[in-house]
Amino acid sequence: MIALMEFINFYLIPGVVLGSIYALGAVGITLTFGILRFANFAHGETMTLGVYFTWTLMQITPFHPLVILPASMLLTVIVVLGIDRVFYKPFRASPTIMVVMASFGIMLMVRSIIQFIWGVQLKGLVPGIQRPMLLFDSLRISPKHMVIIASAVVLVLAIHLLLSRTKIGKAMRAMSDSPELARLTGIGTEKIVMTTWVVGASLACAAGVFLAYDTHVETMMGFKLLLPMFAAAILGGVGKPYGAIAGGLIIGLVEELSSYPWIGTEPLLNPGYKAGVAFAIMVLMLLWRPSGLFRGRVF
Amino acid sequence: MEQSYGIFLYIISLATMGGIYAMLTLGLNIQWGFTGLFNVGIAGFFAIGAYVSAILTTPETTRHLGGFELPYILGFSASMVVTALIAWGVGKVCLRLRSDYLAIATIGIGEIFRLVLKNETWATNGPRGVSMIPKPFESLAEPYNQLMFLALVLVTVVVIYLLIEAACKSPWGRVMTAIRENEPAARAAGKNVERFRMEAFVIGCMIMGLAGAFTAQYLKFIDPNATELTTTTFLVWVMLIVGGSANNKGAILGAFVMWTVWSASEILTSRLPDDMAIRTAYVRIFLIGLALQIMLQKFPGGIIPEKRPKPSRSPE
Repeated sequence: MIALMEFINFYLIPGVVLGSIYALGAVGITLTFGILRFANFAHGETMTLGVYFTWTLMQITPFHPLVILPASMLLTVIVVLGIDRVFYKPFRASPTIMVVMASFGIMLMVRSIIQFIWGVQLKGLVPGIQRPMLLFDSLRISPKHMVIIASAVVLVLAIHLLLSRTKIGKAMRAMSDSPELARLTGIGTEKIVMTTWVVGASLACAAGVFLAYDTHVETMMGFKLLLPMFAAAILGGVGKPYGAIAGGLIIGLVEELSSYPWIGTEPLLNPGYKAGVAFAIMVLMLLWRPSGLFRGRVF
Repeated sequence: MEQSYGIFLYIISLATMGGIYAMLTLGLNIQWGFTGLFNVGIAGFFAIGAYVSAILTTPETTRHLGGFELPYILGFSASMVVTALIAWGVGKVCLRLRSDYLAIATIGIGEIFRLVLKNETWATNGPRGVSMIPKPFESLAEPYNQLMFLALVLVTVVVIYLLIEAACKSPWGRVMTAIRENEPAARAAGKNVERFRMEAFVIGCMIMGLAGAFTAQYLKFIDPNATELTTTTFLVWVMLIVGGSANNKGAILGAFVMWTVWSASEILTSRLPDDMAIRTAYVRIFLIGLALQIMLQKFPGGIIPEKRPKPSRSPE
């Protein structure tokens, strides 16, 4: 019983928290991959930017990060739309690899601007350490983990409503599944592209802020998430937002559970290699089923 | 006199590092320029080569795996062999998919390798790195050892250049270009696209591994931060795009020009007060990134664009 609660408190819950963060980030990656047809290397930096916007707004206002989140989402979206206009749009008709390269450059440009403006020291979004709350005698969950999981559920529901109930959401899915057919039915490409950036950037900002809320603010935080998010998008099937959510949760859980002492008393995997788990899953998936769990596209 | 001697030594070191970057750029040119493979794990393959050569040539120590004290020629060869094997594994997984996947996987390889370097302290001394790496010609007197090393680097660059030029003009090189330009057509002509891609990828990575080995021997020290994405991978990409991808002369020119710009700007920023100096270092990366974007949009051919053979006109 104690062992089980320890498993839930120290491995399962952090896994779900990390998984929700990956899931939110991976939705943006998978939509860009499916609709704009390229692997966006700057997505991690979009997250970092959102986090620093939030941090700055928190310095000038007294509000909780969640209250500030919509404002920083808006700022992130504006920047990302500007980047698209200046750096990605000229390549719409070129081979997609040109945009991949441009996004690789943007990744470093955005990161260096962040490092220039805010410096590279660690910062905290919320001061101090929160004591975990005790539920049902032995279930410990810290309030911030509850806030993150609850907010992630709200955002996932919002994506679901957008994709399944609204015209633009349906058009996005159509565009991702079959661009030629979508264009034939008269769906406007540029409008869909803009919406994709708006959705991707807002979710990236939220995911980044949740991570910063759980840990700390750092200029490399987005880049560190890039590989797990790509892995989640490929695991779920490229172009499939629901797949990306499932993929993100699976990768987050496997990463945390990989250091549980499943056999004997030592962690199954040296925690130093936790970051390699996502990569291993991605490679296995590419070998076994490149279309992913949800039968996405293979380019 | 003292000052001009200092400048002389600086130019030698500039040319040596420029030459090492020229190797990396030539390696990338085989992959991207001629075959269209998007490798962003340059830093990873570079580090594999550097560590293999460092571990094989260092004297006995308790800090990391070693004590083989092999001559540097064997270190260089071994680093090429190991990089080739790892590149082959990566290629097996990714080369059948589109370039984006290769990009994601190669960036992953870079990260995984950094984790291995940091965690396997018994072999690599972890974050503290491998030191005391012997440097070729270091027993010679002061300027001559540097000059000889520079000569070794430049000779290697010229040899690689001549080999690639010969390969590109051969039927092998023409198939490569055919695959990049029109894969279905190359396939329809009966070419084994996967095999050619694999060859280009492995050969390119081998050259990157060799460049890593040269760096380890040159700096006499290597640590996991040497694989930092910004300074290696990104610079090499910018060098190739600025110089002119699919043109080997352009690749070499780009490497020397951008390396000179990069280190000269470092001299300028290091004169600033400490806090400013740290921050302006990021401005340098931003400006290099901007240069890449401008080249991509306005001059995608680079300084020396690719020379395309003129289509032969059929007699009327």
